[in-house]
Amino acid sequence: MSSLWPQIEPLLPRVQKPARYIGCEDGMASPQHGGGRVAWLLAYPDTYEVGLPNQGLQILYEILNERTDAVAERTYAPWPDLEVELRRAGLPLFSVDTHRSANDFDILAFNLSAELVYTNVLNMMDLAGTPVRAAERGDDDQFVIIGGHAAFNPEPLAHFIDAAVLGEGEEVVGEITEIVHTWIAEGRNDRHSLLRHLSLVPGVYVPSMYDVTYAEWVDGGQLLAVEPIYTDIPPTVDKRTVADLGDWPYPKSPLAPLTEVVHDRLSVEVFRGCTRGCRFCQAGMITRPVRERPAEQVRTMIADGLKRTGYGEVSLTSLSTADFSEIEPVVRGVLADQEAVAPRGPDGTSIGCGTTINLPSLRVDAFTVGLAGEVNSGRRSGLTFAPEAGTWRLRTVINKLITEEDLYGAVESAFEQGWTRMKLYFLIGLPTETDADTLAIAELAKNCVKIGKKYTSRASVTVSLGGFVPKAHTPFQWFGQNTEAEFQRKIDLLREATRRAHGVNLKWHDAAASTAEGVASRGDRRVGRVIERVWRAGGTFQEWGEHFDLALWADAFDAEGMSLEWYAHRHRDEDEVLPWAHLAAGLHNDFLWDDWQAALAESGLEDCRWTPCYDCGVCTGYGIEHVVASPMAPAGGSQGTGQDLTRGAEVPVHLTINAHDRAVPVVGSAR
Amino acid sequence: MKLRLRYSKLGKVRFVSHRDGARLWERALRRVSLPVAYTEGFTPRPKLSFGMALPTGAESVAEFIDIDLVAGVPIDIEDPSVIDDLSDALPIGMDVQVIAERDPSRGSLQTEVTSTTWELAGPGIEQELLAPAAQRILAADELLVERERKGQRRIDDVRPLIRNLGPDSSGTRFVAELNTVGRALRPSELALAAFPGIDSVDIRVLRTHQWTEHDGERREVLSLPGVVTAVDEGLSA
Repeated sequence: MSSLWPQIEPLLPRVQKPARYIGCEDGMASPQHGGGRVAWLLAYPDTYEVGLPNQGLQILYEILNERTDAVAERTYAPWPDLEVELRRAGLPLFSVDTHRSANDFDILAFNLSAELVYTNVLNMMDLAGTPVRAAERGDDDQFVIIGGHAAFNPEPLAHFIDAAVLGEGEEVVGEITEIVHTWIAEGRNDRHSLLRHLSLVPGVYVPSMYDVTYAEWVDGGQLLAVEPIYTDIPPTVDKRTVADLGDWPYPKSPLAPLTEVVHDRLSVEVFRGCTRGCRFCQAGMITRPVRERPAEQVRTMIADGLKRTGYGEVSLTSLSTADFSEIEPVVRGVLADQEAVAPRGPDGTSIGCGTTINLPSLRVDAFTVGLAGEVNSGRRSGLTFAPEAGTWRLRTVINKLITEEDLYGAVESAFEQGWTRMKLYFLIGLPTETDADTLAIAELAKNCVKIGKKYTSRASVTVSLGGFVPKAHTPFQWFGQNTEAEFQRKIDLLREATRRAHGVNLKWHDAAASTAEGVASRGDRRVGRVIERVWRAGGTFQEWGEHFDLALWADAFDAEGMSLEWYAHRHRDEDEVLPWAHLAAGLHNDFLWDDWQAALAESGLEDCRWTPCYDCGVCTGYGIEHVVASPMAPAGGSQGTGQDLTRGAEVPVHLTINAHDRAVPVVGSAR
Repeated sequence: MKLRLRYSKLGKVRFVSHRDGARLWERALRRVSLPVAYTEGFTPRPKLSFGMALPTGAESVAEFIDIDLVAGVPIDIEDPSVIDDLSDALPIGMDVQVIAERDPSRGSLQTEVTSTTWELAGPGIEQELLAPAAQRILAADELLVERERKGQRRIDDVRPLIRNLGPDSSGTRFVAELNTVGRALRPSELALAAFPGIDSVDIRVLRTHQWTEHDGERREVLSLPGVVTAVDEGLSA
């Protein structure tokens, strides 16, 4: 139980970017081991630069280290150059905080934001010295737990993990700690009994407590049932949700790294959940209901965080930040707070470059652009919008209800205010998509450039294309993903259509990687065999273009006698037992199926924050409620969404006015 | 008011690159709310300038940074809390040692520093080899070294870049004073030339001094108060 630093240090001059492995961040905890504390190693299965900013990991790191019965450190995937050095030197995966062996920890907990990292999960378990197959682990081996969005279909990793946590981790990590603490105190006997105990904790899914039966391998051998092996094990595992974000003002000591990372700024989460109802969006479906952080707490967290870290930039994070009820007063308050603490020149005016407020995931409307203008007084280079589909028809299918007037209004407003570059995100391969929908993307982009040219000769629009990958717990979970060839054909259509379009730049994601992501997203336990083969064939860092290799995946499917096509490209029926049918994000299956049918009928669905509840199942099922500061749609919301808000005076059924905020009239008219 | 600071970079933080080090300074200065001057224009930057880049992985007790403060907001640099607060705001292993007002008539660190002193140690740099290696190189008229710059391999005579060499006072480390003019000689390149066959990646490098020359007088950019170094005793002319 001591630091491996003396052995690791001589390896670091031999690898790229060694500062990834030294820890020493501002905000780092001083982990105290021993005393019966349950030791958690929080792992992010991608590089330090990608993983360090992850807020979920930082939150749990603090919550666990505040406990007297737990200690937490962090680790990230070593880049292949260090992996080679570690294996050659016979050294294990280590924590970056105190450079302890991963094997010194009781729990190895992975944060999974995406699916292509699964092979890295296996690689890190192996580097930690843990048998990758859960069945081969004994009483002395650590427990492997996964959490994060991808854990909502953990089945492809079922054979490798001991448990998956569904939903938000703030509360459940404490409950897991207590159970493991007792088990250790009682002598670490009988791993199975501990797992059985853990499987009774709400939100904790222990795959080994469930039997899976499949049909004979005809037409792929459909899943028949996933059933608990004991009568006291819940047949369905429900996600965890914290009722009020105001009770969890974390991270209090944000980590500021010594080397540049992907989001190199302070992040403060302003709300969780989203009820815009975009049908392709897994995050929006699995994080309901909407829970806003009290505006005053947002201000305090930003002021404290900037002071602690010395960052000059803060990102207000959520799935749609312009929807935060009090976004304007918060933004103005933050700017005023920072002005008040800035150093002064001899004439009493503040000096420095001020604080930049970053508003990611903005809606497409002029209000939003105005807001972006308010917080961005310096250089206005690029602004990003996500219309997601080229035609109104297809946008009604995916329920991203942005009219062309919304988009052109936003773009016009942005160019007018001095921005010169727009980035537009689109998905290709959406349900019901025709070539007319695809080609309309080019038309939208060209029209945006045309608008921009009125204001600046430098106007340009970058179109970024992502291949749509259907995800579990969404209305599109039944949809057969486009093939790589089909994605490529659509990309080529757009390349041709924009070839001579001056000012339009086209970018796209690797279509082959989308295929592998699709398999991992909606796979069942059998896909685990494929993942293990890809890993054993050296397929790590699959989310990195230079390392991704679809041939590894295709070969692994062949070797297992399984069909990639069956998993990725096949449409599912209503009566098919989906691999995650025993796992619940709170959404009624009927709601999802009806919404899927509504999508096919090109029928949109309104946001339930401002219209009556349509009972998706989350609030009613879990007895939780939306927590918002205002029952009214945000300014510009009607323009932004194209929704019919004539019923805006009605207060939604489940709505709590945030108790932390000043009184807000409960009944009001949106008009 | 223009400041010049001397600081150290020791321990784990030695793996932080020169570029990342600059970012750490910007954050530290914001944390202590020093009235740092900013450039004009669309993207104002704090007016900081760094000296000779330290190779990633090397340690130093002689790093320097020039910081311009806003005119008309004097700070008391004698106040020890200025140094303490800055050291607290910097990562472990980076500590401010000296803070001084900079004479604006003098040049930047990049133009003023004429030579730097290094200590090298590690496998292959053995005690009995130190003096012979130093004598061999100092006696030679030229020292040809093949090295790579911007992807191009070329052979340079690096002898003019070597000002002095020898063992340190403990006799265990190799001390080198290298001129900074022209295409500088990296400590790892010197180590390989002086001790053929070693793996220069294994060599630990510590920068101990940076020197300036004015009117024939050679002195440190900023001296540590009350410290007499091995180089002052033994190596310098």
